[in-house]
Amino acid sequence: MANFDQVSLLLLVLVPLAGAALAMFLPKDRPRDAWQFAIFVAAISFVLSVVVFLRYDYGAGGVQMVRSYDWIGQPVNITLHFGLNGIGAPLVLLNGIVLLGAVLISQTITRRTRDFFVLLLALGAGVFGVFVVRDLFFLFFFYELAVLPMYLLIGVWGSSTDFGTFLRTKEYGAMKLMLMLVAGSILIWVGILALYVASSQAGDPTFNIDKLAALQQDGAVSRLTQMWVFPFFALGFGVLAGLWPFHTWSPDGHVAAPTGVSMLHAGVLMKLGAFGIIQVGMILTPQGAEVWMPVLIGLGTVNVIYGAISALSQNDLKYVIGYSSVSHMGYVLMGIATLHPVGLAGAVLQMFSHGIMTALMFAMVGAIYERAHIRDSMILNGLIKRMGTTTFFFAIAGLASLGLPGLSGFIAEFMVFTGAFRTYLPLAVLGVIGAAITAVYILRLLARSFFGEGDPQWDHLTDASPVEKGVGAAFVLILIAVGVWPAPLLRVINTGVESALAVF
Amino acid sequence: MPIDYTANLHLLTPEFVLTALAFLVFTVDLFLPESRKEWLAGLSVVSLVAVMVIAILMRPAGSVELYGGLIVVDSFGLFFKIFFLAIGVGIIALSVEYGRDRLDHRGEFYGLLLFSILGMNLMAMSRELLTAYIALELLSFSLYVMVAYGLREARSNEAGIKYIIIGALSSAIMLYGLSNIYAALGTTFFAGIAEELASPGTVSPVLWVGVALLVVGLGFKLSAVPFHMWAPDAYEGAPLPVTAYLAIGSKAAAFALTLRLFAEAIVPAVNRWDEWQLVIAVLAAVTMLLGNLVALAQRNLKRLMAYSSIGHVGYALAGIAVLGSDFALAAKSVVFYLVVYAVTNLVVFAGVTAYYNRTGQDNIADLAGLADRQPFVAAAIAIGLFSLAGLPIFAGFTAKFYLFAAVADGGFLWLAGVAIFASLISLYYYLQVLRQMYIERPPNPDHAEEEHEPADGHEDAHGHGGHDEPPVPPMPRPSLLLTATMGVGLLVVTWLGVYPAPLLGLIDAASAAIVPLG
Repeated sequence: MANFDQVSLLLLVLVPLAGAALAMFLPKDRPRDAWQFAIFVAAISFVLSVVVFLRYDYGAGGVQMVRSYDWIGQPVNITLHFGLNGIGAPLVLLNGIVLLGAVLISQTITRRTRDFFVLLLALGAGVFGVFVVRDLFFLFFFYELAVLPMYLLIGVWGSSTDFGTFLRTKEYGAMKLMLMLVAGSILIWVGILALYVASSQAGDPTFNIDKLAALQQDGAVSRLTQMWVFPFFALGFGVLAGLWPFHTWSPDGHVAAPTGVSMLHAGVLMKLGAFGIIQVGMILTPQGAEVWMPVLIGLGTVNVIYGAISALSQNDLKYVIGYSSVSHMGYVLMGIATLHPVGLAGAVLQMFSHGIMTALMFAMVGAIYERAHIRDSMILNGLIKRMGTTTFFFAIAGLASLGLPGLSGFIAEFMVFTGAFRTYLPLAVLGVIGAAITAVYILRLLARSFFGEGDPQWDHLTDASPVEKGVGAAFVLILIAVGVWPAPLLRVINTGVESALAVF
Repeated sequence: MPIDYTANLHLLTPEFVLTALAFLVFTVDLFLPESRKEWLAGLSVVSLVAVMVIAILMRPAGSVELYGGLIVVDSFGLFFKIFFLAIGVGIIALSVEYGRDRLDHRGEFYGLLLFSILGMNLMAMSRELLTAYIALELLSFSLYVMVAYGLREARSNEAGIKYIIIGALSSAIMLYGLSNIYAALGTTFFAGIAEELASPGTVSPVLWVGVALLVVGLGFKLSAVPFHMWAPDAYEGAPLPVTAYLAIGSKAAAFALTLRLFAEAIVPAVNRWDEWQLVIAVLAAVTMLLGNLVALAQRNLKRLMAYSSIGHVGYALAGIAVLGSDFALAAKSVVFYLVVYAVTNLVVFAGVTAYYNRTGQDNIADLAGLADRQPFVAAAIAIGLFSLAGLPIFAGFTAKFYLFAAVADGGFLWLAGVAIFASLISLYYYLQVLRQMYIERPPNPDHAEEEHEPADGHEDAHGHGGHDEPPVPPMPRPSLLLTATMGVGLLVVTWLGVYPAPLLGLIDAASAAIVPLG
């Protein structure tokens, strides 16, 4: 197994990437073969992610499974440097789970199926890459790789939404998402170059995260540089994390995307943003982070409240979940901004928990839309009669989202609030109010569309397919397992949080 | 001591052979029947490869000057020679089918191409202003003819006239600049200029005027803003392979000359006059912003590529601006960028040519539904554009990252920021092309009025069931040669994006030859 640790992180990236490359050579007109091949690849990735997570030694902590490959030598010194810390490990697991689930759910893609899975697997590889590399060049490389396929995934396979007076086309959603995310990566890129220049002036030009962190501690990165670079990272990564007021791509993008892509996107892609703020912003520019965190927690609180109120006023099921994601990412940002061990650990746990529950919600809404061809919660009614299992899974995810004890969301939000109460009391109170609004829109949605009288026009609906049921059941089990026994996750997360906060 | 003008003359064998082969192509053309003109393409490719081999075999150790220092044979020149010859092979691959179907006198076309490559090779080797000027004119005159080669098309003739007038103007400006420099210094050798600029005492204003006019002349050749206005018209009117050649070859050659000129004549004087960095930096910023912004408004693919190439010239100029800071890193990143830009553009132009050969269309909207009609052509164009936009895993990402890191490291972080912002703008118009190819439905000649889908909002999420898709109008397969060109190009684009170290090693050796002393 020690040998395996040497290459495990490389494999984690290579397997889906090679899968994407191989899938290009599948026959064009056999969608089922492409689907099965993608399942095969995603399953291997899943197993790898589980093994990597289990192999992470939380007793030892720190950066593990380090392996470095030379890439470009002097004078810029870029290395393909792998290494996993306690914050990356649970997110790797999350991506393994959601990727497999998304591929399984995408059984319904029958048009240009092969191309769809090529892009989806490339996206998965990009996400794995961001979590496991420790070189800013490659972090940015994989970050862009994860964003790049979104335009086509939404534009080609997505759906448009009619609002009566106007139409939100999938092309609009795709272009808005792409441009806003790439605008964010401009800021990240400039920030990375600024740190590189600082390292170069210190006589040791490097993109390596660990070296840059060490240089920072030696005082090679001036306080002024950190002061202006941190906002670049916080906003740049923040765009992908759905940071208010740069969140507007997120609901439009999620709604326009096909189900599997929505799952991956809300489930893991938005977490890249939050992960980036921790991994790059906090660790490499801590002095800037200290100064700007009050602003970030303010924006995060706005996220929570604003997202929840927006979700309250939406009728389209997918828009409700989309805005709910904005709201829930607010907890993550709040948790990060507390710079408090409990709050930060809560933020990471919230990333995991929200990833699973939002993917589950999108999967179930996808199943409903597949059958009813409509997502309007005012028209859908009494789904429980015909789609009992779907309703059950959606309800569990909804309850996790409003923070019901016993499910994963409760623990994560509780920890975030604990951290926030100790640092920014008034904002923590506002956050709790946001959680209350969540309960309103989730319960109202459940009452309106899922439970209730039932409308004869929906009598023809059939319940979720076996594959959808399988994915739903697995995700529900994870939500419950983390809710009642979060220790396996938390003890890994805590080691990561400890080293991330050590510089403060 | 008199200069021995015949010393080491054998080192110019590749150039002599190339000249002889160009004449051979012209001669053979006279005897070939119209149906066998394609042989000349084959002959030209063989010539280029042969010259490549000769150049590599006969390379001297270190750098050797010829004709008393007018020309130098060194690893920088060798690298660019191989690069230009390879570009020539690529352009011929693009030209064969196009020439057969759409050009008259295509035999001479290949001869002109060989001459222009000779001019480019000499540009990379000259160490003296007039020699460089003559080499540049050899390239330009070949291009004037090639741009106007589409005799049957009015817009090709128009482009030719515009190009030759602006070209002549810029040449005149450059010549006037050279004469000013000579008047001020009494020398036209790069090294002499550097010495004069670096020596204490006042520098005559005539010299400043000369250097400024020289830069303006180069700006025209590079199509840097504000000297760019000829480019879109020339690109649009020229036959497609020539458009590709303008975008790739003439740009690369002008940059080779610029690099050597700055390295040997201007950078050594950096202590005296470091404002030149700021001048070039502003030129670069304006070029990349304007090129990319105007590209947003284009409807024609060739014009789009023209403005896109102006934008890319801006990025490379940013690298030139920081030559004075960390020369090795800046030169290396510019050369790497040029190579990546050339390969990527070749892929895009191969795709566009493949489409044009079959349909005769070159507007962006004409590409609608290409992904359903010819998936490989669409994929090649898409990947090429992604690479130009600077997205991983393709070469454009690595090259841009490397270049912008060099710019930032050279003290111009703001310029790197502007360049990254310009890349975002470019992504928008590249995505518009992608949208036509992948998202829009192919035009259906039978149901022209039903092009727009009903906006009912109940359109099926995954595009199955629901309504019947209209049948896709067939498009014949592209020629094998173009398919192979795209395939090889895509492999190189991906390879350079994933593992650029070997190429960077070569470039390292090449740029080491022109590192200024002291």
